[in-house]
Amino acid sequence: MVDATHGGMGTIPAAEVPDVELYHPHSWIEKYVFSQDAKYIAIQYSITALAIGLVALVLSWLIRLQLGFPGVFTFIDADHYYQFITMHGMIMVIYLLTALFLGGFGNYLIPLMIGARDMVFPFVNMLSYWVYLLAVLVLAASFFMPGGPTGAGWTLYPPQAILSGTPGQQWGIILMLISLIIFIIGFTMGGLNYVVTVLQARARGMTLMRMPLTVWGIFTATILALLAFPALLVANIMMLFDKLLGTSFFMPAIVELGQQMSYRGGSPILFQHLFWFFGHPEVYIVALPAFGIVSDLIATHARRNIFGYRMMVWAIVAIAALSFVVWAHHMYVSGMNPNFGFFFATTTLIIAIPTAIKVYNWILTLWRGNIHLNVPMLFALGFIVTFVNGGLSGLFLGNVVVDVPLSDTMFVVAHFHMVMGVAPIMVIFGAIYHWYPKITGRMMDEGLGKFHFWVTFLGAYLIYFPMHYLGLLGVPRRYHDLGTTDFIPPNVATLNEFITVMALIVGFAQMVFLYNLFTSVWKGKLAGGNPWRATTLEWQTPQTPPAHGNFGKDLPVVYRWAYDYSVPGAKEDFIPQNQPPSAATA
Amino acid sequence: MKTAIILVIVAVGSVLFHLLSPWWWTPIASNWAYIDHTISLTFWITGAVFVAVVLFMAYCIFRFHHTPDRQAAYEPENKKLEAWLTVATAIGVAAMLAPGLFVWGQFVTVPKGATELEIVGQQWQWSYRLPGKDGKLATTYTSLISPENPLGINPSDPAGRDDLVVEGGEVHLPLGKPVKMLLRSVDVLHDFYVPEFRAKMDIIPDMVTYFWITPTRTGTFDVLCAELCGVGHHIMRGKVVIDNETDYRAWLEQQKTFAELTTPIRKAEGETAPLPAAQ
Repeated sequence: MVDATHGGMGTIPAAEVPDVELYHPHSWIEKYVFSQDAKYIAIQYSITALAIGLVALVLSWLIRLQLGFPGVFTFIDADHYYQFITMHGMIMVIYLLTALFLGGFGNYLIPLMIGARDMVFPFVNMLSYWVYLLAVLVLAASFFMPGGPTGAGWTLYPPQAILSGTPGQQWGIILMLISLIIFIIGFTMGGLNYVVTVLQARARGMTLMRMPLTVWGIFTATILALLAFPALLVANIMMLFDKLLGTSFFMPAIVELGQQMSYRGGSPILFQHLFWFFGHPEVYIVALPAFGIVSDLIATHARRNIFGYRMMVWAIVAIAALSFVVWAHHMYVSGMNPNFGFFFATTTLIIAIPTAIKVYNWILTLWRGNIHLNVPMLFALGFIVTFVNGGLSGLFLGNVVVDVPLSDTMFVVAHFHMVMGVAPIMVIFGAIYHWYPKITGRMMDEGLGKFHFWVTFLGAYLIYFPMHYLGLLGVPRRYHDLGTTDFIPPNVATLNEFITVMALIVGFAQMVFLYNLFTSVWKGKLAGGNPWRATTLEWQTPQTPPAHGNFGKDLPVVYRWAYDYSVPGAKEDFIPQNQPPSAATA
Repeated sequence: MKTAIILVIVAVGSVLFHLLSPWWWTPIASNWAYIDHTISLTFWITGAVFVAVVLFMAYCIFRFHHTPDRQAAYEPENKKLEAWLTVATAIGVAAMLAPGLFVWGQFVTVPKGATELEIVGQQWQWSYRLPGKDGKLATTYTSLISPENPLGINPSDPAGRDDLVVEGGEVHLPLGKPVKMLLRSVDVLHDFYVPEFRAKMDIIPDMVTYFWITPTRTGTFDVLCAELCGVGHHIMRGKVVIDNETDYRAWLEQQKTFAELTTPIRKAEGETAPLPAAQ
């Protein structure tokens, strides 16, 4: 074990872990395309995720145009509408959020933050990206196949997902299932790497309880993903068999449009259990890295140690463990045995406790801090507001009987967009503004960044907060057109128009972000190695951007936790993790 | 300062929106007012937490924003404070969970003597079946579904002949009597959703799910499908009418029994069993 350094600094033995032999690229292609350097792989992951995420963004505009102005954009017929919502949801959850947090931030930050030269299996790591890219291409290909992409909803519930009443049932659903299977294979390669790297390749002195919370979040989320994705994998394989070979894993006896089908004895509910056994941990696969990263953003920019670090770590671990016993709260009205409701409502509301502790500790870190309201901090604040809002509406949906009227309404749409759409994306933006100077050596434009923040934060809040009330009124989700419905008053249309206009404005702000992101590569102010005066190891590299191998000739030795900000008596208001005890107070 | 003010506006604005906005739940038409009360309670508790958190953030930003001479406090943890907050949170959570589970206990317990109404979903319309004079619904099989027998009623089950079949139209329910909805699907998942009832449940092919309500006011209500069921999901509509006893009886008299609907076919198949007279 590398953990031999637990017992205090004085007893660190001489380097017992030999330095890693790095793979050195021999050509331009090996350096920039088939790179085995986790930092390049991270950038490849991130650019690919953002590119396919742009598709999801455009789809969201089309969805909102239809909801805000039904009948005006006639090319958005019901088929297209259901295809758009399906692809928007799946891209955002899997191909953008999961890939960006784990493949993007995980790859970039894990080796740098724990003081490693690279991931422990660089070749597999490279393969992980190319397999992910293939999954994205297969998914994108379904737009161009006969019948178009699947319109089964991102949850892909059988039987309708593979029957002819659903758009994209020829090729779309098949490519969706195959793409997910490929994604899971690719993710597993990367995920094993992240876990083993954290466990085996930490620098001397970097005990587990000294790791930055960013690493804790990504590490725990990766373990979750490695345990949860297999459930989705088997569900996808079985559904593919049902579709292609006529098996009946999820297909009971069915009469489709007057015709008796040959399926017998399958269980649609079984698919839902498998899907949500993956799907609920998936929420935390996205949320835990966000929790970790935002903790570090807040600590760094409030110049204050994260409050209650140990509680923060245990809260991450507790949330991760609990996230495997709450999945059926997505199924309160699915027709499963209703007695499940007692159990799953209880576990679900219990998970609110460690989650609340995290929120308290974030805001208690601000308290008595020295808060720099720069762009990463603003996004961190935006995260807390939207996450608390979305988390609290989860207490409605998690409490089984309260969920009954609200399930399948716009309340659910508002809730999950707030809590696992807006909130983690706030963190992604904050993290990009925060680590951009390390990745490129230059700062992103502060003015454009603030514009981006305010429009995105306030706009997204104005989109999703009122949307809860549409659901409370009873407006169902996944409706191409509300038509005339007695209980829906005309002012619902007015609110829908407003939400659509806000969505377009927020979408425009993302173009400003992309402009800032790309032009700052050469136009941004030079950043220097540690522009935020942060403690963690990635800011202590000899070069910026860090070179292959990250840390020059000698790996750093870690003497302290990641949160020595504003230590009384210290020369500066931060002490890097690799600064020896004597040097800090001299 | 500006940031702190905007956060205060977000907190106060959210509360004002909650209190003043015209978008609120529909007037209830079933016995599940308990659910509405639990939602109200949850709004109060969560709303208080949200406002407290956001206002505290605004205060921190106002009070502790960066100035050249400010030094942040160094306090790695405060066990006492963390313990207090944990306990307070647990109490708040229990205050929402306990009534929720209590009401759920009622939700899953169908009162004895509830009448039965079978609701059948198919892409993309609603059909219904009510027990006839014998008070019993016949068994059904998906494999028996055909144009002549759209609900797949077992013709050799004697309980089926007087079953009332309502296809694609509106269904009526009597005021004040508990009804157990037995939910069945012919093809894909559906969900019988009447916002005014508050209760709803998914419908699964080849399986029977259920929920129960007691209608508490007369009127005509929209039936929607609340589980994505294909491209016609949003047009899968129906009406449910809550009647007083007299009107309900009158409506019931007009409905056709399974026997009436299938007589010609059964004769053609050589069935000889005498059929009960039409009501």
